[in-house]
Amino acid sequence: MSVRFTLKCLAAAVAIFGFQAGGALAQQGPLRIEITEGVIEPLPFAVPSFQPESAEAGQMANDLARVVSDDLTGTGLFREIPASAFISTVSDFNAPVQYADWKAINAQALVTGAVNVQGNSLTVKFRLYDVFSGAELGSGLQFSGTTEGWRRMAHKVADAVYSRITGEGGYFDSRVVFVSETGPKDARKKRLAVMDYDGANVQYLTDSGSIVLAPRFSPTGDRVLYTSYETGFPRIYVLDVGSVQRRVLESADGTMSFAPRFSPSGQTVVFSISQGGNTDIYSMDIASGQSVRLTNTPAIETAPSYSPDGGRIVFESDRSGTQQLYIMPATGGEATRISFGEGRYGTPVWSPRGDLIAFTKQNKGRFHIGVMRTDGSEERLLTASFLDEGPTWAPNGRVLMFARETQGASGSSTLYSVDVSGRNLRPVRTPEGGSDPSWSPLQK
Amino acid sequence: MKRITTSTILIATLAVSACTNPGRFGGEDGTYVGSAAPVNTGIVPGSANDPASTAYFQQAIGDRVLFEVDQSNLTATGRATLDGQATWLLTNSDYQAVIEGHADEQGTREYNLALGERRANAAREYLVSKGVPASRLRVVSYGKERPIEVCSNEACYAKNRRAVTVLAGGLTS
Repeated sequence: MSVRFTLKCLAAAVAIFGFQAGGALAQQGPLRIEITEGVIEPLPFAVPSFQPESAEAGQMANDLARVVSDDLTGTGLFREIPASAFISTVSDFNAPVQYADWKAINAQALVTGAVNVQGNSLTVKFRLYDVFSGAELGSGLQFSGTTEGWRRMAHKVADAVYSRITGEGGYFDSRVVFVSETGPKDARKKRLAVMDYDGANVQYLTDSGSIVLAPRFSPTGDRVLYTSYETGFPRIYVLDVGSVQRRVLESADGTMSFAPRFSPSGQTVVFSISQGGNTDIYSMDIASGQSVRLTNTPAIETAPSYSPDGGRIVFESDRSGTQQLYIMPATGGEATRISFGEGRYGTPVWSPRGDLIAFTKQNKGRFHIGVMRTDGSEERLLTASFLDEGPTWAPNGRVLMFARETQGASGSSTLYSVDVSGRNLRPVRTPEGGSDPSWSPLQK
Repeated sequence: MKRITTSTILIATLAVSACTNPGRFGGEDGTYVGSAAPVNTGIVPGSANDPASTAYFQQAIGDRVLFEVDQSNLTATGRATLDGQATWLLTNSDYQAVIEGHADEQGTREYNLALGERRANAAREYLVSKGVPASRLRVVSYGKERPIEVCSNEACYAKNRRAVTVLAGGLTS
């Protein structure tokens, strides 16, 4: 089997997984479903330390290669061959690759790079080789930025490698806004934080003086909507990530507003208002503060999320007696129920590809993160625990992040990610506990 | 059975008010705390034996009602507690109140916020039906954000599914 073929095989397998994980898994081994077990044999790759092209670049050349490797390994689709196994060294970015030496250690993909640092400006070049076919896969690329943003350069390299091998869009050069949590359950302190997708570069956006909930990135990643109890009552705020300036959105006295999300245009927010024991969904033009009521039933209607084209909204309602998922036009009107399985369904989120809805499911005392098609078919549960909640999609629609709370007096909340196939469940390392993650788009 | 439930509520109320809800008066010296209140001088203003005090409202009247799983309708015990609250609020008309609705942790965050609001509103509507002016009563929901009990079983969940009438205002404000 040629290596070229193997790389293509992986791309094909990933593509299939995006839509039919269950079927693809079932055909490759004994018939059994283990929700979080890895199935694909990860593709072995090598990332030798990048070549420093200036005196100042030494440490960064090494660190960049580490982050590229961590990104790829973290997907569960790739396996790094340690440097101790290398026969060849790469001492010149432009020298011909000794394919035989990499073949001998079964490195199917080889990533080489070069780093130049001048003052605080950073340039990173890389090449990707398909070792067994003895050729470059795509052409070399160069990224420029600042030394401060060195991790982003590494994520961009890893995104390019991932994209070329899987045929999917990347997601490593992205951020996640979330609620950072400390303290016991009955005195939990919460504050907004933003981090790189892998948990690095955490920056706090609010203090923990008031409860803050469920931050949501704007479609361009420049603003965040969230709910805060700053006034003693839940109100929706919009915060500029760069300046950390925030303002409260219009709301009527004696009401609670929460569960906001941006429309794909970034100009409208859809959210819930509770008043007089009834919770309905509204949309509001952010600039003018003009709002429109979208649902009007005595039921609890909340957790709205737009389709990527902005035309429809998926939300949860207990109008049938229990929490279930519905889709309605973005202007309101007749809603169609899409969830019909056993248990309760909440927190629906439309995939950026438009094909799937991720949700939280509660059944028989357990919580699950799951996905279904937008017509409610092909429901698949990806996780199971005492309390899994609140999925958010990676920008390429292949990975979900969510929060897992453990039970009992010492229970705490941790962010996890899982592949949409149900494979590769991993905790995301954050300095404190974490909940309510919201994934940004890929950065520009 | 009803007797047991009531005393459980009272104990929970005492425990909570002792640690988290200092009264309008005497919060610093703690004189209002349950049996520690002095009895030799008769009624200590602001203490639990001052019938016009927040502490009395919390401990003797009962400041909270509990709910069944995923429900927001009032139980018979809950209505009895709210009858007491209504009488007290009508007597002590200088107090405002915020009714705080809560849910247990077995639910998603947004849904529990809405459910807590339903619960708080059920308590508010009952008080209004008993003559308490609606303008004196506000509601807020904390969903599952502020449990008072932290175990992960029904014994704790039952105490967390609550609507608590928190007084504000009064003579000194």
